[in-house]
Amino acid sequence: MYQITEARFLAQDIKLFKIKEPKIAEKRKAGQFVIIRIEEHGERIPLTIADSDTSDGTVTIIVQGVGKTTKQLNMLEAGDEIMDIVGPLGMPSHIENFGTTVSIGGGVGTAIAYPTAVALKQAGNHVITINGARSKDLVILEEEMKEVSDEAYITTDDGTYGHHGFVTDMLQKLIDDGTKIDFVLAIGPIPMMKAVSDLTKPHGIKTIVSLNPIMIDGTGMCGGCRVAVGGKVKFACVDGPEFDAHDVDFKNLTDRNRMYQEYEKKSLELYEHECKLNKQIVKT
Amino acid sequence: MAEFLPPKERMAIPKQIMPEQDPLERRNNFNEVNYGFTKELAIKEAQRCLQCKTATCIDGCPVDIKIDDFITLIVEEDFLGAAKKIKEDNVLPAICGRVCPQEEQCEKTCVLGKKYEPVAIGRLERFVADIEMEAGVEPVPVTTPKKGKKVAIVGSGPAGLSCAGDLIYMGYDVTVFEALHELGGVLVYGIPEFRLPKEIVRKEIHNMEKIGVKFETDMVIGRSLTIDELMQEEGYGAVFIGVGAGLPWFMNIPGENLVGVYSANEFLTRVNLMKAYLFPEYDMPILDMKGKNVAVMGGGNTAMDAVRISKRLGAKHSYIVYRRSEIEMPARVEEVHHAKEEGVEFLMLTAPIEMVGDEKGRIKAMKCIKMELGEPDDSGRRRPIPIEGSEYILDIDVAVIAIGNGSNPLIHQTSPEIEVNKWGNIVVDADTMKTTRKGVFAGGDIVTGGATVILAMGAGRKAAKAIDDYLSNGKEWKY
Repeated sequence: MYQITEARFLAQDIKLFKIKEPKIAEKRKAGQFVIIRIEEHGERIPLTIADSDTSDGTVTIIVQGVGKTTKQLNMLEAGDEIMDIVGPLGMPSHIENFGTTVSIGGGVGTAIAYPTAVALKQAGNHVITINGARSKDLVILEEEMKEVSDEAYITTDDGTYGHHGFVTDMLQKLIDDGTKIDFVLAIGPIPMMKAVSDLTKPHGIKTIVSLNPIMIDGTGMCGGCRVAVGGKVKFACVDGPEFDAHDVDFKNLTDRNRMYQEYEKKSLELYEHECKLNKQIVKT
Repeated sequence: MAEFLPPKERMAIPKQIMPEQDPLERRNNFNEVNYGFTKELAIKEAQRCLQCKTATCIDGCPVDIKIDDFITLIVEEDFLGAAKKIKEDNVLPAICGRVCPQEEQCEKTCVLGKKYEPVAIGRLERFVADIEMEAGVEPVPVTTPKKGKKVAIVGSGPAGLSCAGDLIYMGYDVTVFEALHELGGVLVYGIPEFRLPKEIVRKEIHNMEKIGVKFETDMVIGRSLTIDELMQEEGYGAVFIGVGAGLPWFMNIPGENLVGVYSANEFLTRVNLMKAYLFPEYDMPILDMKGKNVAVMGGGNTAMDAVRISKRLGAKHSYIVYRRSEIEMPARVEEVHHAKEEGVEFLMLTAPIEMVGDEKGRIKAMKCIKMELGEPDDSGRRRPIPIEGSEYILDIDVAVIAIGNGSNPLIHQTSPEIEVNKWGNIVVDADTMKTTRKGVFAGGDIVTGGATVILAMGAGRKAAKAIDDYLSNGKEWKY
């Protein structure tokens, strides 16, 4: 069992957890992930490591409650325990001094863009960050991103905060303004990553995306996380999770990630029904 | 105590039939197929043994179980004694009695088998192991003085467990590292419940814990810790790598990434380890197969496991698609027989050449081509040759690729000094299982490529012996 030492919401449905596991905290590098399992009947889900603290031996993950497992996780508080955490898994981000880099985080993807932005900064890059969210109250890690950036931008889809529009609008603006961009890292929902990729491709800007396909063991054993990259089959867990965006088959990734949509829906409905019942029992 | 009969009478006893679940019933559940011998059946079967002066059956056993001795003890009705006798050479008899290909090993070299059916050695092994387990017999305590030396075992599958089992009795501190959340490796994620109940694996491993073997789950060696760290920082004097083959092969045909195409490893892991057949009670799902058509590519035991699972998940048609003919199939005869009884359809001399998807990217059909057999290839089996113009479409909803495994690259990535061959298998010295790195040994599927539980266990034992020698006289070892 692994203890949660800190748990707090950063935005609606988006929660930050610190989990005690000194070995992972010490070892992890930007871009790597962990797999967690909450309880005996739980599934294994991969979550990218947002940060770690070697002084207290904790690993930080930031979770958006969308399905059963993530919602169940978001019910947990400091002092609670989860059954399993394993890692660090995957290849670390390839970091070097590219020159000017743009780290783009969409929604909870910002949690993953953040550690890489930190590493890029440490490597001497001129770091630009674009932190995108649907709306003002969903913007996360604003301060952290600002601190690590030479230029920090926020975009919201509804215009309630920062620039009104998508992250790609901001990126387009940077390109139009003549910013010489050497490297882009985009992490967020698949349509966002694809849009960024489509935008940078004609400009020949090297673009990396971090993929989050369905995964079980995370060690290359099951092949469930396979993605088509440049016409070849790659395993996101051991070859990735980061890949050259211009080579990724986003359509296939989208299809494969939807494989269990109806099952996930059923699982969530059952879970929420159970939660309601439990609440009623507590009331009476 | 039962009677020892004269040879003629022994030979007159027919091979006893092990009771099993009715095929039409069992294809709807995940309960164990075989029930095992009753006492009466076991004694009768044991009485068939000729007690040859030179027990040739032992030559066929990769771990040299004293087969004649344990069978004698069964005739004497000392079942616990028989189990103890087996455990001198095999730490996991309840498992091996179920999954060993005895027909290729001890039973193949049984003298009785020349003229009659061989003695059902595997079923007898299983019988005494189960009796011992039911009786709750405590494992033999370790009496060897502690040597004060630590050995790390990477992987808790059959190779690692047998290596750990021997080393603990030699007086070493043994820690087994497992990447998954549950112990047992292929025994828990690969082999299905109906062939090997997980409770049995759990009990066997629990017994090993009782005698002092330490287990650490959620530890991926090569990621969480490297071999360097184990040896230089954590104080392990020797390391045994028994991580299995674990990197599924695909066929490299168009459409293999479609939704509904699984590797056998993923399919089996979802069902066996993650209990997807109990969804939504367990969180991990598997695609609904009720009334659907499922094709499993391959002819090995893994393919049989997968196809039999698909039947249990309600598939209307469950196909084995294999490019050679039935006699070339590497699966155990018993597994093929069971699969047929359960209604699995065998499409022999057939190879898929393309997976066809719908607009949502889901597999809907498979383009196949018929094959004929030509001259024998390197494996000694006749080479399949495509018959031109014989392509046809097979409607399917789920495909499972069970054509074998390559080797997992994780350890090699962080320990490149451990030499691997062109297939990624770790290169070892055949007598000692030592790798090219000092103090590091390896065995099982990571060395041989996909093989059997018992061969992996044999390798684990061989390595344990060598590790003992290395840790005692390592200075004389040459690298």
